Amino acid sequence: MTTVLLDADTTSSVEAGAETGTKNGRRTAKQWRLVWWKFRQHKLAMVGLVLMFGIYLVALFAEFLAPFGTSTFNSEYTYAPPQRIHVDWGEGLYVHGYTSTIDEETFEPTFEVDESQRIEIGLFVKGEEYELFGLIPWDRHLIGPEDPGQPMYLLGADRNGHDLLSRLIHGTRISMTIGLVGVAMALVLGIILGGVSGYFGGRTDTVIQRIVEFFMSIPGIPLWMGLSAALPHEWGPMQRYFAITVILAVIGWTDMARVVRGRFLSLRNEEFVTSARLDGSGRPRVIYRHMLPSFTSHLIASVTLSIPAMILAETSLSFLGLGLQDPVVSWGVLLQDAQNVRVLSTAPWLMLPGVAVIVAVLALNFVGDGLRDAADPYKR
Amino acid sequence: MPREDPLLEISDLRTHFFTREGTVRAVDGVSLTVPRGKTVCVVGESGCGKSVTARSVLGLVDEPGRIVSGEIWWRRRGQEPVNLAQLGPRSEEMRRVRGGEISMVFQEPMASLSPMYTIGDQLVEAIRMHLPLTQEQARERATDLLRRAGIPRAEERLDAYSFQLSGGMCQRVMIAIALAADPALLIADEPTTALDVTTQARIIDLLRDLQAETGMSVLFITHDLGVVAEIADEVVVMYLGTVVERGGVDEIFHDPKHPYTNALLGSIPRMGAGAGRRLATIRGNVPHPSDRPAGCPFHPRCDAAIGGVCDVSDPPHIVFGEARSVRCVLHDDVHRSSAAEVRA
Amino acid sequence: MTDSVAAPEPVIEVRDLTVHFPVRKGFIGRTVGHVRAVDGVDLAIRPGETLGLVGESGCGKTTLGRSIARILKPTGGEVRYRGPDGTVTDLATLGERALKPFQRQIRVVFQDPFSSLNPRMTLLQIVGEPLRANGIASGSELEHRVAEMLERVGLSPKYMNRYPHAFSGGERQRVNIARALILGPRVVIADEPVSALDVSVRAQILNLLRDLQEELKLTYLFVSHDLSVVENICDRVAVMYLGKIVEVADTAELYSSPRHPYTEALLSAVPRPDPRLRGAGRRIRLADDLPDPANPPPGCYFHTRCPYAVPGVCDIDGHGPVLTGTGPQHDAACLRTSELDLVGVASEPA
Repeated sequence: MTTVLLDADTTSSVEAGAETGTKNGRRTAKQWRLVWWKFRQHKLAMVGLVLMFGIYLVALFAEFLAPFGTSTFNSEYTYAPPQRIHVDWGEGLYVHGYTSTIDEETFEPTFEVDESQRIEIGLFVKGEEYELFGLIPWDRHLIGPEDPGQPMYLLGADRNGHDLLSRLIHGTRISMTIGLVGVAMALVLGIILGGVSGYFGGRTDTVIQRIVEFFMSIPGIPLWMGLSAALPHEWGPMQRYFAITVILAVIGWTDMARVVRGRFLSLRNEEFVTSARLDGSGRPRVIYRHMLPSFTSHLIASVTLSIPAMILAETSLSFLGLGLQDPVVSWGVLLQDAQNVRVLSTAPWLMLPGVAVIVAVLALNFVGDGLRDAADPYKR
Repeated sequence: MPREDPLLEISDLRTHFFTREGTVRAVDGVSLTVPRGKTVCVVGESGCGKSVTARSVLGLVDEPGRIVSGEIWWRRRGQEPVNLAQLGPRSEEMRRVRGGEISMVFQEPMASLSPMYTIGDQLVEAIRMHLPLTQEQARERATDLLRRAGIPRAEERLDAYSFQLSGGMCQRVMIAIALAADPALLIADEPTTALDVTTQARIIDLLRDLQAETGMSVLFITHDLGVVAEIADEVVVMYLGTVVERGGVDEIFHDPKHPYTNALLGSIPRMGAGAGRRLATIRGNVPHPSDRPAGCPFHPRCDAAIGGVCDVSDPPHIVFGEARSVRCVLHDDVHRSSAAEVRA
Repeated sequence: MTDSVAAPEPVIEVRDLTVHFPVRKGFIGRTVGHVRAVDGVDLAIRPGETLGLVGESGCGKTTLGRSIARILKPTGGEVRYRGPDGTVTDLATLGERALKPFQRQIRVVFQDPFSSLNPRMTLLQIVGEPLRANGIASGSELEHRVAEMLERVGLSPKYMNRYPHAFSGGERQRVNIARALILGPRVVIADEPVSALDVSVRAQILNLLRDLQEELKLTYLFVSHDLSVVENICDRVAVMYLGKIVEVADTAELYSSPRHPYTEALLSAVPRPDPRLRGAGRRIRLADDLPDPANPPPGCYFHTRCPYAVPGVCDIDGHGPVLTGTGPQHDAACLRTSELDLVGVASEPA
């Protein structure tokens, strides 16, 4: 019996195997592509990613997005309730004004939305001047009253008549960056100490692990309180900001060091690392070229997961009055106003910065979870 | 004399995995029978679907896998046959069948036993789940089972934990647990792959002896042709989700009909046949089940493949006898003549 | 007179090699004992041969291979390497830096084709790494040499920029071989190179190893637990049990007439791929329990499982067997070897 060889796939034995299938993109895809493909399948993480991008965009364009600056206030309108935006198809957007009545016992004014007044508002209106990114002088705001003197409190006002929406938007910048800067510092500390601990092992590892455990055993809040209380009062907002990030990093590096150490320990015995050593690669090359890339994605996942912790820490510190303080605006600083139950009963909208914290923390956690699942695209 | 109804009859089973990248047809039209009191070996390489076939029988296919079609007839003596493919994985009936009438032994004995409980606890639990015995009776039966599984000092071992035993001992414990309710069918999924040769030989002896003693049927999943030759009565050769050949063990080893079986037998080193002999090879690699070639799944690696036939149409199912069949166009007279025309 | 011709000077000669791993216990990790993974091994690897190293898991064969490649530092003994110019160096005591030139001449192929390739590097980077790390080639020269090497192991150079995940187990093992050979080594230590591969792919890799040996005049140390594979590819075989070599001989000799009961038991346990051989030959079944390597039994380590052990002979502390010649080119470590009539593998009926 004669047989006929197929024309296809006879060129080389190995080509036959590699050439079948249609998923050729996967074969040359770099690691980040594979991570992205896997990440995209995680729906919640994608929602988180979009939210996270939105929040950081708000932080970036805070001056433009906010109707007013952080220090603008109108003491006539303390605790003014939120207004609703109305659309008039002929004339554009407007909100109603307020009428105030003075409480006869406390002499506190209470505000009601007055349906008869109409305050014209518009998009891209001229308002206070500011410098976008600290560079470009501009005076346009995304939304604001056509007449800058008119009251517009879309999310209500606080005790001093500040616009809560504006302060929330400005607070985003501080709250979201303090996490990033804190984590960046913790990361540097963590990689150095964890890497040394994991790569060398033995006694070095033991000493560093004991240090980590010491730091972890200190109760967080008293330590923050102590450190923040030690900050000199005459320090300006910028100095305070950096001092707080350093405090957060000092607490946060231990987790990072543990993650890095664990990865190093497990990778040290991987055959491809042994192979690299046998190939003649020097120690730095083994660490930076062969080992580190294998867990950068894991590292990014843990970084993403620890930013929320930093945000929460800053919020708690500022809430307790130990972190940032007026005139710097962060979500924690804003929440200081919401400490009083009586205030909350008259002005519940002051809780809104808390909602912002929850949304930001959840978004970052979702992204972190998705990254953690996608971090190792080669798992079989 | 007509053959008795087989104990287990799988016909045209299809188990597919619905992943995001697409449908993986892990098992795609598998038919096989397990006669009473016989050992049937399912042999094949990675991705051939042999384990998924076994797991489908007991409704143990993991997400996102699902039995798409086909029948799995379970014929208890003197009772109406049950189609296991129709039973819910968590249904009462399936739970009774699983562990009671059909039990399973896996590849990793260490991983199958809990390190938190003693061997005795796990064995007694398995016994009492299926048999109405008191604690003492169950413990007695457990000791007896361990002894039958060839474990020395069985009473002492009841109080041992899995991590205190060697891999071979753990596999014996797993076999003892599998025998707890006197199953009619034992499914063994690569039970000796993780073991050393000396231990493997003893486990195979044990399974053979236990079968002779109890008269149960064994469905033995393996990739090792040596093990097949040792233990099988009938052999089912699988490749990429399909059965390519079925037959008695002697027929498969001495009169293989499918080019894959033939090539596989030629590519394994045989002891005593003279060292240093160059091995025959099968070209290429086993494709991933998601990249299954069209037509006959083996055609890109087959030396006897016929262009325009094997890569286009599914191979015909040629039946030679009761338990002997092959899926290959070479054994089909009609196709062979038409193939000659194609060539001309 | 012709003795030196029959057995040429070995490339690698292992003398009384020991590798002990400390057993630590307690909070501060006090050392309470040692696992003698390799326990006084003498072994010679001759130029151009394939020496098989077989044994059950935990017998120390992988550790022995790794300490010859100096992935591990041996606790004691010598690994004498004879360079191409005839100079002999003891690798066992060399420091990391002094070892580097020798690690170019002795290369390793690992078992697991998945964990031995860095998933984040392309084939070009993986196979080219030894050249780059040793400053031998870079740029287009490196690319050219990698392409040549890939071709040689049966991979198309056009896949050079793909990542390992795009390849099957057999192809990855080819990459591993290419990586080992690109430095032009003289000795390759292959640690279970085909164990993780599919049956139909295994033969391809075995044939490839055989062809490359012929082409490049390589010497192999082939570590494996699979006796049928070892018989197929090895010229000589050494059998290991609990850290010691118990028998060494030419493959055909060892398989047909073993002189150590352990070898006999191993051979009889291998399932033969022929149902007609079922029940043929002597069936020797060993007890499952391997003695604790941290606390080996007295006398002959094998006596606890040996069917021929005689109390008062084989279990006397301090009187264990030593590896001695029992025939031409055939050494065994058994106290009763001359009294026993052991059976090897019978040839398959044609």
